[in-house]
Amino acid sequence: MRTLRERILMEKKTKLYLIGYAIVVFITPVFLGNNYHLMVLNVAAVNIIVVLGLNLLMGYAGQISLGHAAFFGLGAYLSGILTTTCGFPPWPTILLSLLVTGGVAYAIGIPTLKLEGHYLVMATLGFNVIVYIVMIQFDRVTGGPSGFPGIPHLRIGGFVFNSDRRMYYLLWSISMGVLLLSLNLIRSRVGRAMAALSHNEVAAMCSGIDTEKYKIGIFVMSAMLASLAGSFYAHYITFISPGTFSIFFSLQLVTMVLVGGMGSLWGSVFGALLLTVLPEWLHGVKEYNVLIYGLVLMIVLVFFPRGLFPGILQILDKRKVVRLTESARLGKEAP
Amino acid sequence: MTLPVLIFQFIASGLTTGSTYALIAIGFSLIHNATGIVNFAQGEFVMLGGMFMITFYTFLKIPMVLSFFLTALAVGAVGMFLERGPLRHAKSKEILILVMITVGASIVIRAISMMVWGKNPMTLPPFSGEAPLILLGAAVMPQSLWIFGITVLVVAALNYFFNRTLTGKAMRAVAASRRAAILTGIPVDRMIFLSFTLSGALGAVAGIILTPITTTSYDVGVMLGLKGFSAAILGGYGSMPGAVLGGFVLGVLESLGAGLISSEYKDALAFLILLMVLFLKPSGILGRGKLRRV
Repeated sequence: MRTLRERILMEKKTKLYLIGYAIVVFITPVFLGNNYHLMVLNVAAVNIIVVLGLNLLMGYAGQISLGHAAFFGLGAYLSGILTTTCGFPPWPTILLSLLVTGGVAYAIGIPTLKLEGHYLVMATLGFNVIVYIVMIQFDRVTGGPSGFPGIPHLRIGGFVFNSDRRMYYLLWSISMGVLLLSLNLIRSRVGRAMAALSHNEVAAMCSGIDTEKYKIGIFVMSAMLASLAGSFYAHYITFISPGTFSIFFSLQLVTMVLVGGMGSLWGSVFGALLLTVLPEWLHGVKEYNVLIYGLVLMIVLVFFPRGLFPGILQILDKRKVVRLTESARLGKEAP
Repeated sequence: MTLPVLIFQFIASGLTTGSTYALIAIGFSLIHNATGIVNFAQGEFVMLGGMFMITFYTFLKIPMVLSFFLTALAVGAVGMFLERGPLRHAKSKEILILVMITVGASIVIRAISMMVWGKNPMTLPPFSGEAPLILLGAAVMPQSLWIFGITVLVVAALNYFFNRTLTGKAMRAVAASRRAAILTGIPVDRMIFLSFTLSGALGAVAGIILTPITTTSYDVGVMLGLKGFSAAILGGYGSMPGAVLGGFVLGVLESLGAGLISSEYKDALAFLILLMVLFLKPSGILGRGKLRRV
């Protein structure tokens, strides 16, 4: 158990981290003249939103979804089709897509999450394949394999989010908002219930936690976050095509969570950022891109099952401990 | 063609693809029973089966029967390596982590295959002749009979293995209760190792017999694996007869759906069936409902 003093210290630390993070995020574009770099970072911000939601599901409900690309895609296609084809206003449509996706996730979650074991993996996987096939085959509405163009930019009054720089501030603000919400959520009563659930479901049940309700709730919420990210992605890129929403993207999202460490929200930010930027660096070796991806996933899982980010932290921590004991031996004040 | 003949035609082709689904589903069940994990690299074993066979038979001109066994051995070795390598050395033995390692392995196998065999689809000549046989008015490819026959043979051999040999019985014991198996002196490690090898070999057989009909390329494993997986769920996950039944039922339903409803949504249908099974009877056709432990 942590003492109250430690807890207060930790909360102060979290606040400091958040402020530092926000400053870094808002200053970064000043040093980036290149729109391409901004675009990569914008995609990373979108991925961070999805990965944070997925991590809540994986790290706190102990369930894996291999269908988050489909929820992401639902958000993108619903927003895209409704605003472009049907002329709906963008902002309310984002909300509508969010609710529809949440409803779909609820329908999938209810029967599968009641069961013991990892049925959600299979159900979401099947769901992703179906959504992908519908995106390709239902071409009268979705544009088929060639994609869906001409999605309008978002605007507030006369201000149009039509440049990478403008979108940067919007997307990163949202991703930071989601991070803040998630950090608060895991420190709340709900978060503690979820932590109990992920450690030992039976014990959690016995202490009066309605584990089923929490599992379904988290799953729906994480699907909704994916949909939110998808809607913003559609309005940002203004063109969507089925390739973006295949199971491979679902796998990438799960990899991001695992690299960052299940249950570590800061790790998710790190994982999403690293695995969005890394393939861009590796652009010259495109042939090996997928191979490197698979190898990273395997190596991280085999050697750092708790995630690369917590793994690195742990190694650094050990060094600090060693340094501290050394300085204690030398009779000096610890730095 | 009249409707009954047409339906017979669909059922015949459904049983053909269903046979391979059954073999893949058995592979899933074997590994699940030994270790409790879902091996997402199972589909890649099938792809490798086709690829190795093409290499041995078409490129190296090794006689067909010999190539067949060499391929089964080679893919069996890949399965063995997957278990001996990453899975055995994983720091965490949590099911979730191990499952994701097999996902990583499948990505790696696919990427390497793309580099080795290229992106173009490849095919094998049928085992015997290409002239279709007319059965009850429906045209059946001789290869379909081979597929069906070999599947029946493999299932019979597995049945013998699991019921009549000591090793087979030991593997069943591990599936029933790992702890009890350890206590009776069964080398559980070796049994796990064996199930991966056997799964690899089964995947290889599925790949070899299917390739002459469907052609193969580096990326066919994903879909085949998922279909085999759906078949395993449909029949009752972990159950051997269930896997066979699930494979045939899925193959026939898929073929009927593609022929009578819409061929564009053929692949979606298989997963719709998967979702429906999960919703309605998650233990599958032959699976026993598990008691919920509290």
